[in-house]
Amino acid sequence: MRDTEGYVTADGRQIGGVLMEMKNITLKFGGVTAIQDISFDIHEGEIRAIIGPNGAGKSSMLNVISGFYTPTVGEVWYKGAKRPQMKPYEVARMGVARTFQNIALFEGMTVLDNVMTGRLTHMKSGIAAQALWWGSAQREEIENREVVEKVIDFLEIQNIRKTPVGRLPYGLKKRVELARALAAEPSLLLLDEPMAGMNVEEKEDMSRFILDVNDEFGTTIALIEHDMGVVMDLSDRVVVMDYGKKIGDGTPDEVRNNQDVIDAYLGVAH
Amino acid sequence: MLNDIFIAPFADMIAAPDFLMQVLWEGLVSGVLYALIALGFVLIFRSSRIFNFAQGIMVVFAALTLVGLHSFGIPAWISVALTLGVMFVLAVSIERVVLRPLVGQPDIILFMATIGITLFLIGGGEIIFGGENKVMITEELGIPTGDTVLEPFGGLLILQHLDITVVVVACALVAALLAFLNYTQMGRAIRALGDDHQAALSVGISLQTVWVLVWFIAGIIALVTGIAWGARAGVSFALEVIAYKALPVLMLGGLESITGAIIGGLMIGLLEKLFEIYWGQPLLGGNTETWFAFVLALIVLLFRPQGLFGERIIERV
Repeated sequence: MRDTEGYVTADGRQIGGVLMEMKNITLKFGGVTAIQDISFDIHEGEIRAIIGPNGAGKSSMLNVISGFYTPTVGEVWYKGAKRPQMKPYEVARMGVARTFQNIALFEGMTVLDNVMTGRLTHMKSGIAAQALWWGSAQREEIENREVVEKVIDFLEIQNIRKTPVGRLPYGLKKRVELARALAAEPSLLLLDEPMAGMNVEEKEDMSRFILDVNDEFGTTIALIEHDMGVVMDLSDRVVVMDYGKKIGDGTPDEVRNNQDVIDAYLGVAH
Repeated sequence: MLNDIFIAPFADMIAAPDFLMQVLWEGLVSGVLYALIALGFVLIFRSSRIFNFAQGIMVVFAALTLVGLHSFGIPAWISVALTLGVMFVLAVSIERVVLRPLVGQPDIILFMATIGITLFLIGGGEIIFGGENKVMITEELGIPTGDTVLEPFGGLLILQHLDITVVVVACALVAALLAFLNYTQMGRAIRALGDDHQAALSVGISLQTVWVLVWFIAGIIALVTGIAWGARAGVSFALEVIAYKALPVLMLGGLESITGAIIGGLMIGLLEKLFEIYWGQPLLGGNTETWFAFVLALIVLLFRPQGLFGERIIERV
């Protein structure tokens, strides 16, 4: 049923081939091993979750994908080619956008400006052209603005577009961060605990947006989440980590019935 | 005594409005230049948290390079272009040699590094162009030197053409900078980097590119200020002192705020001139301009430690 050429999900959606593949990733900080020999892949168009108890190494894994950490051992393959060692901004320019667990927005700037920075990866005109507001720079600004307005409409934040981000409540900040990532029109969208610290209603909103994004733009999404219920509802496939190791990988149903996963989450008598 | 402080100065202002206008005009001209230098500080501080002690010497270095190149027989405007090139090379080298190896170090270390840059530029400037005072190539650059005499209220108001040019050019430069920062993607990148490094990296902003860019902009500002001040006071290492006037401007305006730098600069320029003429000379024997700005900044700091426009920082203990 599943192969490198894609698969069909339980609810009948066609998933594409492999977009990113992590091969035997190990990450060490001094004597601490955060990730130990983990391999998994992310297919085009799917929603892929990485779950695990606190300290399992989920965020480290996301940071490896987005280039903030360089793995000690192992390879990252992206769009069929091995990715050389890269800086985070270079990874971003290759079409990987992300959000952060502790919201990293530009607090002093308006919502609109924040989302506009998401378009920086699409900037083509040179610095000189920008400084002098030459033809190409001007055209680009207008094109970028169109994409940004579409994203703002999509995430229903039109009414706060001129508000400085610093003044917004937590739930909305999370949404603005998602908007900034989406504005990049990414091939791969990484969400680091998109629902952390939200109440039930905000969680439902965010889940709906994540599903809509995937559905409407066909964006591939990899997300980390604590909330098991949310993860099982949202994702097509789930990787489970514990103490830096992979203990499960499969559809939500497969993972739910995996004895190792149950032990990791509920504890086991020694 | 009270009369001399609280009544007489204002009576003088009303009695001779043309003279008051003259004082205000001269204050405005210095104020615009202070604002420009302060803007150079703010840009670098916002994008990298570095307090650039070298901004003052960059003014001298730019002016020296311009005059020096011209003295080698290069036409004035080509010298300007070459000086811009030198400032760009300087920005690239500072980023490569000084900033990049020090990324992530405590702010104080980066601050010390800019003192190092200052000393290096003083030494380098002296070796290449010599330490003696020079005359700015005002006429060669086509900057008008005459004056216009107006007669408001039946009095006399003399506007130096040089000063008018300075004000116009400085205002244009500030307006262009603001437009660049607010309405272009590159400008957004600069502001974004100042707010959050991690987030900036995640949207594809390269630290290095932005740093080179802001140091180059600071270099352009230094050149314009150097030409303007050099034309009024000659080109020498003493010019560096005017950059220290930017410190009280920054204390007033806050290190974060571009608007603050502009308003702070104008305020200091105007107030120090007014104080000098109406209070300093009659009561204190004059020459108050050298210290007035610093005292004003101290008083403001007593009541608003974050400056008039700076961000209030609340630290949890």
